[in-house]
Amino acid sequence: MTEFLPILLDGARVTAAITAVAALLAVLLAFASGLARLSRLTLLRGISIVYVELFRGSSLLVQLFWLFFVLPHFGVTLTPFQTAVLGLGLNIGAYGSEVVRGAVLAVPAGQTAAADALGLTGYQVMRYVVMPQAFLCMLPLWGNLLIELLKGTALVSLITVSDLAFRAYQLNQATFRTAEIFTMALAIYGLLALAIAGGTRGLERRLSRHRLAREHL
Amino acid sequence: MQVDWTFAASIVPTLGQAALLTLAVTAAGFAISLVLGLALAMLRRSRRRIFALPAALTVEAVRGTPLLIQLYFIFFVLPEYGIVLPAMLTGIVVIGLHYAAYTSEAYRAGIDNVPPGQWQAAGALGMTRPQVFRYVVLPQAVPAILPALGNYLIAMFKDTPLLSAIAVVELMQRAKIIGSETFRYLEPITIVGLYFLAMSLVAAMLVRALERRLRIPPA
Repeated sequence: MTEFLPILLDGARVTAAITAVAALLAVLLAFASGLARLSRLTLLRGISIVYVELFRGSSLLVQLFWLFFVLPHFGVTLTPFQTAVLGLGLNIGAYGSEVVRGAVLAVPAGQTAAADALGLTGYQVMRYVVMPQAFLCMLPLWGNLLIELLKGTALVSLITVSDLAFRAYQLNQATFRTAEIFTMALAIYGLLALAIAGGTRGLERRLSRHRLAREHL
Repeated sequence: MQVDWTFAASIVPTLGQAALLTLAVTAAGFAISLVLGLALAMLRRSRRRIFALPAALTVEAVRGTPLLIQLYFIFFVLPEYGIVLPAMLTGIVVIGLHYAAYTSEAYRAGIDNVPPGQWQAAGALGMTRPQVFRYVVLPQAVPAILPALGNYLIAMFKDTPLLSAIAVVELMQRAKIIGSETFRYLEPITIVGLYFLAMSLVAAMLVRALERRLRIPPA
């Protein structure tokens, strides 16, 4: 059993790397698209709606295959790793867009009105009043999305990225010690998911310290 | 690269057949997760830890790990124990089990939302616990969670392409086969993408309509 572990852990590193980079891309896209959706400009709203519906409406695997098989025909050649990051980032970013939109809308309108009355500019209202509150409210949802992202990374093995799922599949083909190999792979994914859940909960606690402090006054 | 419309039209019938298979897999898998999800939810709510704990662990383990690895696991491990199922049946069972973990959480939320007074009143009328469950709690819990279940149905539908990884010739696999035979991937994969998009958007609209219908008017 121990002879498989280094190979699987090597794959787990690739899985973690894809998760991290795709998460970054997803967060950026989600904020851009979520805020665009709330814009007064019809064009921005339209782009955001098309993006979100396109990537939430079709299947992640189909999106990955499309990027992998079809993009090269248009002269865009990406490495499998880049394809994986792009596909996952676009997909999770679309779900995240709705999270950002929901969290911003959940900030009471009185907050924006009060900040306006204090003479803050539109950017300042967003940066110092709305976002700090919205961010805290969306953290648990981001935790769930990042776990979805982690689980989604297993699909990149089907576009030849040598991640944890890929290594497990190959080891199985070579040794047929199926139960051990896939149990270990499942356990590693489970641990990574627990790490993400723990991380977001920790961040949430850290960011809500001031609330606790106020309640104890 | 140009879209070859004649080629695109020529592959639609073949893809259409595979699309029907995808729908059949979704329907069968969802039937499993509706039944099994309710069972898991009831076990998890049980006051006996011997039932509640394994159910909770199962739900969390299934939700925390990728469907693809679960598919591989069952597909490759079962034959070692002499259980050889066709790939398609394995796929349906695994995807059904996977989503049972999700639907069980929806059922649990629905059941928890039935006011405790309902249980007490039904108990006071002399109904047994199974009767309370069957005639009082479930009829109130299930309609409330129909939209959530609908969303899981859509999510499951979008996950059916994963079955191509265990050699089920569903829509995605069919498109890949066409692609490798003709060296044209643009048309088949784009058609598959559009099919999923159209089906999910229509289904999502139905779920939203259902949500509006179920919304209890303010008293």
